[in-house]
Amino acid sequence: MMQGHLCILLVVIPLFAAPIAAILPRGRLPWAAALIVTSVCFVLAGMQLWSVVQDGVVSYELGGWAPPWGIEYRIDAVNAFMALIVSGIAAVTLPYALLSAEKEIPEHLIPLFYSAFLLCFTGLLGITLTGDIFNVFVFLEISSLSSYALISLGRKRQALTSAYQYLIMGTLGATFFLIGVGLIYSQTGTLNMVDLAARLPQVSSLNTIHTGFAFIITGIALKLALFPLHLWLPNAYTYAPSVITLFLSATATKVAVYVMLRILFSVFPSDFVSTTPTGDLFLLSGIAGIISASVYAIYQVDVKRLLAYSSVAQIGYIALGIGFASFTSLTATLVHLFNHALMKGALFMAIGSIIYRVGKCHMDSIHGLGRQMPWTFGAIIVGGFSLIGVPGTAGFISKWYLVLTAIEQDSWISVVVILVGSLLAAVYIGKLIEALYFKPAVDSNPAVNEVPFSMLAPTWILVLANIYFGLNTELTVGVAEHAIRVLGVTAE
Amino acid sequence: MIEVFIDIILLSFIAVTAVAILRMTNLFAIIMLFGIFSFLSASLFAVMDAVDVAFTEAAVGAGISTVLMLATIALTKTQKEKVSVSHRHWLPLSVVIVTGAVLVYGTLDLPAFGDPEAPAQTHVAPYYIDKAVEETGLPNMVTSVLASYRGFDTLGEVVVVFTAGVAVLLLLGGKHRISDTGTNEIEKNEHSLILRVVAKFLIPLIIVFALYVQFHGDFGPGGGFQAGVILSAAIILYTLVFGLDAAERVIPPSILRILASLGVLIYTGVGIVTILLGGNYLNYSVLGDSKVAGQHLGILLVELGVGIAVFAVLLVIFLTFAGRGRP
Repeated sequence: MMQGHLCILLVVIPLFAAPIAAILPRGRLPWAAALIVTSVCFVLAGMQLWSVVQDGVVSYELGGWAPPWGIEYRIDAVNAFMALIVSGIAAVTLPYALLSAEKEIPEHLIPLFYSAFLLCFTGLLGITLTGDIFNVFVFLEISSLSSYALISLGRKRQALTSAYQYLIMGTLGATFFLIGVGLIYSQTGTLNMVDLAARLPQVSSLNTIHTGFAFIITGIALKLALFPLHLWLPNAYTYAPSVITLFLSATATKVAVYVMLRILFSVFPSDFVSTTPTGDLFLLSGIAGIISASVYAIYQVDVKRLLAYSSVAQIGYIALGIGFASFTSLTATLVHLFNHALMKGALFMAIGSIIYRVGKCHMDSIHGLGRQMPWTFGAIIVGGFSLIGVPGTAGFISKWYLVLTAIEQDSWISVVVILVGSLLAAVYIGKLIEALYFKPAVDSNPAVNEVPFSMLAPTWILVLANIYFGLNTELTVGVAEHAIRVLGVTAE
Repeated sequence: MIEVFIDIILLSFIAVTAVAILRMTNLFAIIMLFGIFSFLSASLFAVMDAVDVAFTEAAVGAGISTVLMLATIALTKTQKEKVSVSHRHWLPLSVVIVTGAVLVYGTLDLPAFGDPEAPAQTHVAPYYIDKAVEETGLPNMVTSVLASYRGFDTLGEVVVVFTAGVAVLLLLGGKHRISDTGTNEIEKNEHSLILRVVAKFLIPLIIVFALYVQFHGDFGPGGGFQAGVILSAAIILYTLVFGLDAAERVIPPSILRILASLGVLIYTGVGIVTILLGGNYLNYSVLGDSKVAGQHLGILLVELGVGIAVFAVLLVIFLTFAGRGRP
């Protein structure tokens, strides 16, 4: 019986748990509830991906109403893969969250904190699994609203202003998305994605459709922090509690990228998209984003902000992949989504561990910590190497595919940009390693110990995943290639 | 023909109100204008025959939002600070102008309002018109679409409301206050006899009306969202007249938090029950002996969940705001 309801259970279980977590007593019970829920979801997501890859697309009629009259969940390799990333990251975040959140979140807010976390998790999974474009908006609201609240819980007062900034930008993005959905509804009369794909070709020459398309793309671009719409991201990532930074950086922008892929390749007809300048705009944004954000990252003195700018640069690589819109480039995009979740997850966990010990992550206050916290330092090294794209790490694989695409398309400027981006990454990661290991420890800082096992283990699970998926590409590249074929893009 | 005139008048009022909001600096007046703006929009929806939407807009936009914004300025300032004009205003201005121009461009070939040949009227909608009454047994088609055909969206909307409550509590709630005798703005009204008499007279009527809206949603405009808002308005009125402490004695905040969760759990739980009974998630047909009886029961239950959640969350938000003013 379970098998048929897999996709909906993935959303319903955290949805049911969130209001319960909110009224649980203080202490570790809310955390335990969230831990169980995310682990169960991870297993379910794995089962779902397996079944989709084996047996093909799953369609689930919510309320028992056939689409397009009812809402449909439609699972193919693309969103099953995304659901696995989201729930996998959530499942490793939770064990880590226990101590980190106890340190950073006031005790009386813990039940609400985990409730909001589960709501955010529900929202992200809901966006991922649905086959209905309005339903995307509803769950986008759930995940956004909860992430604004979670970001505002950072210990510094700037967390409030950065959450507010994100709220304004995010609401703009969601509103644009909704306006676009309204416009295309007015000319197609449907909200179901498959139905839209069937009906849009007949009306794609209308102004309304072009406008709707532009609004939807701009709206999602705001949510995924596409350069130059990324201004909310560095502050939000810098001031959010460590757990939230790590979870959002590894999942939220990824889900927005997924929606973008879905809209560009599943919903709108490909000959429509190719008549618009969308591809070129993505390439332009990617190139500008990689270079400028990497340069910005070098000059940051707050480690979290450094990594946040690096995230903007990484979104640039993803934008390049979307812009080329070829089989190889989209494979690279999906693989990079996965790999970037692994490396940023590992790095933000390691930084969170440093904050757990010394309470801050300013470049000057972390001098010499690498020798006092060897395991955390090791995680930063491997995560950093993966970010740069050193062979043997996951980051190498996705960049390699991206460079292949750029060469395939004779876009030498992109090749140069990718290589320069990697060099710049080497500079900022080098800066970080230098501060952590080669600078003498600050005398006023008391010596610190390594963080407890419950924080190290999740970090190192992600670190080892970075190495494993750097050596064994069968799983990631295989699933990604399968997924891209499902999107209707094939190798020539 | 008369509708065109009404539309033109309402739309010009909306435009005038919007410009006035932009020009004013007194936040109190701006909030009043926001309320008027919502009320004008609600009237516009009513003219367009979207009475359910109009009802919600009037209750939420003109009602509760106004109260919440007033509660906010009670905590901050009533005057916007003068902003020095900087040279960077051209960027936001051009973004706004471009967005507006694109929107106008996009609406140029939109089908005329009410055009029976428009895609929105000819594709999915006819099915609801033909089948909704037969399949769900409800005369109000809007409720059928809202609670059954697209019931999962509505569940999502309730969760959005719940998330807003969680967010407010995370930001402002926190430390449980010890009930103190301190007075604040809200509690100063205790002396006004007329207010107290009128409130005592009105509150029962509001509550009865809320119940009517809750359970009549199947047949006419209304449903859980509107009922929850109206019911919370009754308690908010009570709070404004009789003070925060009295209100918290009527409904303790801890109960409200449980009610908010309970509302969401009812809705989510109905879906889980339908799975256990062998249907798809939120397929109410399996709940009763016949399909229609099941639909009826399911819609009744989820609307109840919506009503409870919306009522509790709005009240939690209001009381949290109001409680901040305490010493």
